[in-house]
Amino acid sequence: MAEIISPMAGVVAEVKVKPGDTVEPGQELFIMESMKMMIPLEADKGGVVKEVKVNVGDFVNEGDVVIVLED
Amino acid sequence: MSEKKTKGQILWELKEKIKQMGPERHKKRIKEQGKLLCRERLQILLDPEPIVEDGMLAACLEEELPADGVVTVLGKINGRDVCVMANDFSVKAGSWGPRTVEKIIRIQETAMRLRIPMIYLVDSAGLRIDYQIHCFPGRRHAGRIFHLQALMSGMVPQICLLSGPSAAGGAYIPTFCDVIICVDKLGAMYLGSPRMAEVTIGEKVTIEEMGGSRLHCEVSGVGDVLVQTEEEGLQKIKDYLSYFPQHCFEKPPVAEPKEPEKDPAELEKIIPENQNVPFDMYEVIWRIIDAGSWFEMKELWAREIITGFARINGKPVGIIANQPKVKGGVLFVDSADKACRFIRLCDAFNIPILFLMDVPGFMIGSAVEREGILRHGCKMLYAVSEATVPKISVVVRKAYGAGLYAMCGPSHEPDACIALPTALVAVMGPEAAVNAVFYNKIQEIKDPKERFQFVKQKQEEYRDQVDIYKLADNLVIDDMVPAWELRNELIKRFSFYENKPGELRYPKKHGVMQV
Repeated sequence: MAEIISPMAGVVAEVKVKPGDTVEPGQELFIMESMKMMIPLEADKGGVVKEVKVNVGDFVNEGDVVIVLED
Repeated sequence: MSEKKTKGQILWELKEKIKQMGPERHKKRIKEQGKLLCRERLQILLDPEPIVEDGMLAACLEEELPADGVVTVLGKINGRDVCVMANDFSVKAGSWGPRTVEKIIRIQETAMRLRIPMIYLVDSAGLRIDYQIHCFPGRRHAGRIFHLQALMSGMVPQICLLSGPSAAGGAYIPTFCDVIICVDKLGAMYLGSPRMAEVTIGEKVTIEEMGGSRLHCEVSGVGDVLVQTEEEGLQKIKDYLSYFPQHCFEKPPVAEPKEPEKDPAELEKIIPENQNVPFDMYEVIWRIIDAGSWFEMKELWAREIITGFARINGKPVGIIANQPKVKGGVLFVDSADKACRFIRLCDAFNIPILFLMDVPGFMIGSAVEREGILRHGCKMLYAVSEATVPKISVVVRKAYGAGLYAMCGPSHEPDACIALPTALVAVMGPEAAVNAVFYNKIQEIKDPKERFQFVKQKQEEYRDQVDIYKLADNLVIDDMVPAWELRNELIKRFSFYENKPGELRYPKKHGVMQV
């Protein structure tokens, strides 16, 4: 299991996966808006999405868990 | 009856025996761990001849302590003189006794006296505690090694290859160096070993978790270059040195010019005009620098800023570039530290600096304030201000707020600040600026469509105010060039700036930089 954490404080602009999706390493999982920039976040390794913990518009802090992946 | 050995033969045989290093059982274990023996490392690192060794006979009257666990030599790397200290793990786990320490101090003093690079091949268990009063507290004891490292810093290059777990003093030697090349899975460094941590504070962790090479290259930022094998690490030492002069009063060596690996003509397609869309800054770097000339520092840490050495038309430059692909290229506590350290390294050894800007500014918010973003931001600005080497800053795309200053904008005395037509220089981006100035007005407009129109119009007006041609018109920037012309422009400009004397600043002992 791998937790995808927010790299910085900001607002969730777009979530590109849903529970049950299989993701490949390097796939874009969600996009944050912070400092007026769109910041994509990619998966380090592949897996299946177990849980998406945020909704579009949510404020997340650096280090918050956003998505949980299963191996 | 055999003839009696001459005194010369006896000495020769003793020296040959010392060169065999520690006991066979220790050497076997080192090999089993996949490590090189101390003298094998030297063989790979140095030109075959000439090599001279000092203190080989240290502890020669004690059977089990060949060279007292450290080899100190003068040798050459691609024809250039260097001093090397190499711990011998086959001798009491590379630990330090009184003569080990004296030998390390002497080779450091030699490097200072001859003004040549000092290389440390670190693989040591630390001080021999049973001998501590002879090698820990005194004037020429272990503390002096670090004292000399501090004094040598910026005078001659200091380079470290970390090949084994190194605690306390063994960990300070690398950290005092300009660059630490860490061998994955073999190298580790920490103030207190996992065993000591368990006894003293009750923490249970592995060596890797405590201070493995990967941890220091990815998390702590202490390590600079992560390599998979010792051979690769030794090659990295040679590569690194190719960008550096022998000492701080020389210029860096020049190599054969090469064309870039990728076509500069493609640059316009790579840099998106929409300021908020990320792109990969490496794709810009590959189209500016000579092919195969990239040596990256702290690649795996604070990746929102890129720091590395390269050659442009054969001449070394240090490149500091924002990476919009990671954290939007925003400057954080760690990225400011990373840049500060790199700027000081370049400046110390007369390596010109190229800044490639695409920076939304320093991160804001309570989390970074608690980490002291102001303190860390100051550090980067301070280093930029102090650097007297040739400096060119290029506004690739956006440069907002203090990000402009930290990336050597016009206020920070670049030899030139040039912009690409995609540049946008401002206190803040249009979205933030319009929000800040018209906040109340925007709130008053009830109709969403009308509000959207208002905001859009104000943003366009703002963009117009800070249009890059307006800045060029007002001489804020020194020139504008199309992206595909950037490399040629840099080659010409650096050739004019390269003989710039590093002027002395106001007379004083030293500034009081934030840390």
